[in-house]
Parts: sequence; C-alpha cells; structure tokens
Amino acid sequence: MPFWTFFGLQKGNATTSWPKSDEPTGQEGMLGMPRFRPELCGSECNACASICPTQAITVEKSKSGEDRLRVDYGRCVVCQLCVEACPSEAAFRSSDWAFGTRERGDLVLGEHADVAAGRQHERVAPDGFRRSLHIRHVDAGSCNGCESELQALNNPFYNLHRLGIFFTPSPRFADLLLVTGPVTYAMHEPLRSAYAAMPGPRWVMAVGTCAVSGGIASGGYACGNGLEGVLPVEVYLPGCPPNPAAIMEALLMFLGRVPPRIRGGRFAD
Amino acid sequence: MNDVAAHPMPGLATLIEPEELPMVVTEVVRSGGRMQFAYAWYPDPGQLELRYIATGAAKEGHRVWRCLPTSGVPSVATISPLLGWYEREITDLFGITFSNHPEPQRLVLHEGARPIVPPFDPSYPTATPIRYEPADGGLPEIASEDVQRLPFGPIRADVVESVELIFLYLGEHILYFHPQLFFKHRGMEKRFEGRSLEAGTVLAERVSGVGSFCHALAFCQAVEQAAHCTVPVRARMLRSLLAELERLYNHLHYLGHLAHTTTLKVGEAEGKLLEERAKQINVKLTGSRFLRSLLVPGGLRRDLDLQDWLSADLESLRAETAVYVNMLENTNSHLDRLITTGVLPRDIAFDQGATGPIQRASGFDRDLRRDHPYAAYGDLPLVVPVKASGDAHARQQVRIAEIDNSIALIQRILLLLREGPIRTECIALPLSEGLGWVEGPRGSLFYAVHIARNGTLARVKIKSPSLSNWRVFPFTVHNSNMMDYAINEASFGLTVAGCDR
Ligand code: SF4
Repeated sequence: MPFWTFFGLQKGNATTSWPKSDEPTGQEGMLGMPRFRPELCGSECNACASICPTQAITVEKSKSGEDRLRVDYGRCVVCQLCVEACPSEAAFRSSDWAFGTRERGDLVLGEHADVAAGRQHERVAPDGFRRSLHIRHVDAGSCNGCESELQALNNPFYNLHRLGIFFTPSPRFADLLLVTGPVTYAMHEPLRSAYAAMPGPRWVMAVGTCAVSGGIASGGYACGNGLEGVLPVEVYLPGCPPNPAAIMEALLMFLGRVPPRIRGGRFAD
Repeated sequence: MNDVAAHPMPGLATLIEPEELPMVVTEVVRSGGRMQFAYAWYPDPGQLELRYIATGAAKEGHRVWRCLPTSGVPSVATISPLLGWYEREITDLFGITFSNHPEPQRLVLHEGARPIVPPFDPSYPTATPIRYEPADGGLPEIASEDVQRLPFGPIRADVVESVELIFLYLGEHILYFHPQLFFKHRGMEKRFEGRSLEAGTVLAERVSGVGSFCHALAFCQAVEQAAHCTVPVRARMLRSLLAELERLYNHLHYLGHLAHTTTLKVGEAEGKLLEERAKQINVKLTGSRFLRSLLVPGGLRRDLDLQDWLSADLESLRAETAVYVNMLENTNSHLDRLITTGVLPRDIAFDQGATGPIQRASGFDRDLRRDHPYAAYGDLPLVVPVKASGDAHARQQVRIAEIDNSIALIQRILLLLREGPIRTECIALPLSEGLGWVEGPRGSLFYAVHIARNGTLARVKIKSPSLSNWRVFPFTVHNSNMMDYAINEASFGLTVAGCDR
C-alpha cells in the first residue's frame, strides 16, 4: 500500500507564486491576442477583416473618407488567421493573453476617440469581497475548453485557493456567477434560475469569447450572442479559451487587487 | 517512409433503395463490421439525401451508402442501436421520420423546442433562435410510489459540463438512469455551411475543446480527400506527434479525475499536475495549450521548432507518470472502488457502438490508427492495449497503457523526422466530398465533408466518440448503486460538448 501522504510531502510545493512574484505563469510560449498598428495598414486593404471567422475585425470608412480599422477583442477567438493574412506588419503576433475588463467597450480597438471618455462612472471593486470570493460556474454551452482551464485553476500549479477564491456548488453561497459558452436555447432558463437563486450583492462574469459575444457559435438556430441581453455582466474576459493565468488575473482585477490592463482596446504596456 | 497519399480514395457511395437498408446494415453487423454513423444533407435545395457509413475489417476502406428518402425509410435502430440515435437526430434537424423506430422521441432538440421548420431545411431563416418551452420527455412511467426520481443538473456541483442526470432509484439502488443530453447543442454542424476551408478548421477546433486537434485533423483529412491532396511527409509526422500530445494530456486528466472520485486526494493532485505539465509542453511547442491554430487542409500552417527540450521534458514526464500509475495500481482503496464497477459486457459494447478505450476495455481490439492508418501511423509501431473485464479498472488500465504508448510514439517520431515542406496546396473541387477519421483520445471520430459549387463548405457532419459512449454508458448504470455512479462516470471519460455539438 503506497504512502500517498509521504509521496506528496516528498514532491514539495508545485505552486507558482505568480502574480505575487515573477515566477513562471505557466504560459511561456503562448500565442495570444493579435496586436495591430493601424498606421501600417495599406489603403483599401481588407485582408484581415475578410479572413476573420468571427467578424471581429472591420474596416470602416471614417467621415473624412479614410479607412479605419476596428477590432473587437470581445469577438476574437485567437485563431491567428489575421496575423498570417496581413501583407504588411499591421497585424502581428503577441503573447498577450486576453485581459479582463469591466466595460464591454474597453475590448474594442478603434472606437471613436476613446470609449472610456463617454463613461458614466468608473466601476469600483466590490467592497468587502477583496480577500474572499465564492464563484458558481455555469456552462451555458461551451466547447469545454473553458472548463478545462477553469478546472486547471485548482491544480497544484495555480492553486487558486491561495488567493482566497473558491468555487462553490450552490448558487446560494456564490458572489459571482461565472458563465462560459454562447448560451444555448436550452441553457437559457437554467442559467437564469441559477442567477435568480443567488443572494445579493451578486455579479456576473463572462468567461471566454463565446460568453462575451457568442464567438464562433453565435447566431444560428441554437445559440444567442453570449450573455448579451441575457444577464447584466460586470466582468468581460474573452479568449478562446482564456488560460488559467488570464482567468486569475481577471478575477483579481475585478476584486481591485490588480489594475486593468486594457483600455479602449489598447494594452497598457 | 514513402510519400503516398495518406488516404486511399473510398469507393463511391453506393446508391440503394430505402427498403434495402435493413439488409445492408444486417450484413455489416453480421460480418463483424460496424455501422459508424448516418446523416442527411441537401445536394440541392429541393433534394434530401441520406448517408450511412460503416467500417469494415482492418485495412479495408470505409463503406458509404446513400439513399433518397422518397418513400418511407425503415429504421435500422433494432439492428444497429447507435444508428437509432442518428435517425432521431435526422428527424429533429431535417424532419424525416423513420418507420418502426423503437425510440421515436426527440434527441438533439429538446422536447418543447419549436423551430418554424426543421433547422437544416434550406428555408429555415438564418440567425433565428428556435422557440422553446421546457417540457419533460422520455422517461418510463413509474408504477410504484416507493421509486424515487432524482433529477440532477443540468447545472451540477463542481466545474463540469452541463447535462441533466435523471435517476429512478430505490434506496441506494438505481433502477433506471437517463442522461438528458443536448442542453449544450449549439448547432455547430450548421455553422460550417457556406464557410471557407480555413474558417471550417477554426470551427472544428472548437467543437470539443479537449479534442481540438483531432477534430481539426479529421476535418482537414476529409477536405484533403475531397481535394485529392497529398500532405507532405513532415506534416503527416508532426500531425501524429501532435495527436499523441492531445491524447497524453487528456489521459493524464482522466487519471486525476478518477482519483478524485475515489477520494484519493494526493492521487488527484498529482494526476492534474501531470496534466498541467503536458499542457505546458503543448503551449511551449505550439503556442496553444489545446494545440490550436496549426492545422490547415494541406498540412500545417507553420513548422515547429523541435529542439532537444521536448524529448527531455517528455522523458521526465514519462518517468513521473510511471511512478504515479504504479502507485495508483497498488492502492487498494482506489482499486476496490474500480474493480467490478460499471461493467460493460462485450456484446453490449458491440451492439451499442462503444468506441475508443471503452471498447478496448471490453475486449475489442480496434484502433483506427492501426486498422485504417492516417497521418504517419502507417509507418509507426503501435501497440493497442486490450482488456477483457469491461469494468472501471480495465478502463483505467487501458488508458495507462495508452499514455506509455503515446510517449513512445512521440519519441519515435522525433527520431524519424526529417526536414521538408509542411504544406501543400489544397483546393477542394466543386461538388466533391470526403471522409476523414481519427482515433481521438475518446475513440473514433469522423468528419464527412461536402463541398459546394463555389468551393465553400456545403455540409459537414461530425461523428463524435462521446456520442457513441454516452449512448452505451447508461447500460452500466441501470441496476447499479448510487455510491458507484461518480466513479463509473469518471471511468468513461466522456465529454458533453463533443456529443451535443
Ligand atoms: S485572431 Fe482574432 S481577430 Fe484575428 S482573425 Fe482570428 S478571431 Fe479574428
């Protein structure tokens, strides 16, 4: 009979101390969200927009008649096709994982001036929850990539518990409803009743491009456009799927423990 | 390794009359072959056609029949129960009914879903969600008031996929079990229609996240068959390598999850840590933890830089896994919960179409990689582990052996790899069609692809291994007990997204 306890002790600590230190995040080598330098766009070029499978990229004519690139990272599934199609270096690879935002508009690059300017109020972190948050997850029709990464959060490498963040079985004990998937017609009601069962104050987080906008599955006969028009969303985290470090960072951003990294579709370098 | 086409061209689909179907299917089953799936499509807006696909003996090609549902189509569900599910799917999505179907209820669409016309009908208005009022359906009537009914889900405890598990039980004893699936039905097959081949690959990668690579591979192979395109050797080698990396992290996850259900805490943590290590190898090598954004019809989108670290990292992962599985296999409290749990007898596995490690744990020596080679498998030595007992322990043992084989295969590929092109032009001919298949971590996966006149995708049909295994799973739950349920479910290693699509 093996001694599992001894085995465990012998293996030592496997957990990264990121984001407290700069220990590895586990994402070394990843290809992240594409980045853009619209000033390098050729005139009349539509290469990225026409290949993007989720219509995340559009090239619009501005009032003065110039082409204007608009990228909605809330629709991006990180397929890298635009980067490969771009004839100049206007679209290029990055290792930026998807960053969480509190405003949907912050995921859009190239919106008039800065979306943030038109904001009614700056959202504040939920008071009294900074150090402890309980999450109820609902799969509203994901491809299970998001679940695979959410499950990874509790593996010894990330060990989400160390940050005071826990998954809870019942919506009655939950502060945050974390939703994945484009919200299929059959998951609509179960999702709404899970939300209704939560005590206030309660918040909703859209995890993955499907939950943010419907992603690759949106439209059609069985899916909507993610949480749009279904539940009020407090945190948006696109990504296909967002990796465990991205999910951790977005949760900490929501709790006010790390600053947001994206504003008006631009990354804060 | 000689540079031959990876896919032998199939015989053209044989046209038969609907009345001949029972005879054809009986013949396949009697000769030890297997009906894989059936689907419908519209070659022309006004013309519907049915397709039936079977796998014959090893090294033979797959067989395809087509028929026009002009008169009534007889159900073949009593001969090949798995096809009964595909018939119900065709009824839900295309509106064709099958005569004498033993289970004529809804399947893919829920009871209470009211599309204006069937969703795949060309006149269905795009981007219109179907109307839906939840309604019950499909459960046997309960005559005794002692029998309890426990619906659990679709939102269940823990971070898991949505499915509703319905138990009819007495005390600890489960009399009848019904998994209500398809809450997650996204209509993915329909999303392929009219899309480019690139977009189709991106879609295929997102049908089942933990099967991203094998889904995209089956799709690409189907397109390549339609395009008569020969993928370069290096690309085929790398495809096999990546497919084994996918099997590796899936099987490691499986072991950790199984240990969770037998409450072996350290065993769970270790399994999931090894899975994480495997995913970190994936991202370091390909940029994606799920091995996405690499495949394209014709080869790979970019070459991989295979430095020495990969072989070394895999060797240390292998050594750690060996210690870990040895401990699992010697922990009585774990084994006691697995042995004789969820026994799937060989005949039921065959009749209901069990696939992958599930069928191999019930005594079937089948593996598409060896029997119908694709990518580079024809040139690789492959050991196919088979166990006879059909219980949860056999399912664990098969997966353990497959982990070892996967690592050996990857190391072998690393030795054999030579420089060379990784992509060739692949233009699918108008009105062509192709069939692609892959032995994924969960079993046999097929994509049937039809190309439209303008070169876009006209119809893409997915045969997912989890659908077959969900079909057979309840047979191991009826007449079992509540205590074993979670262990048994984990031992099947099912996904819901792949099944529901
Ligand atoms: S990476 Fe994102 S923006 Fe670029 S083509 Fe893919 S989905 Fe569109």
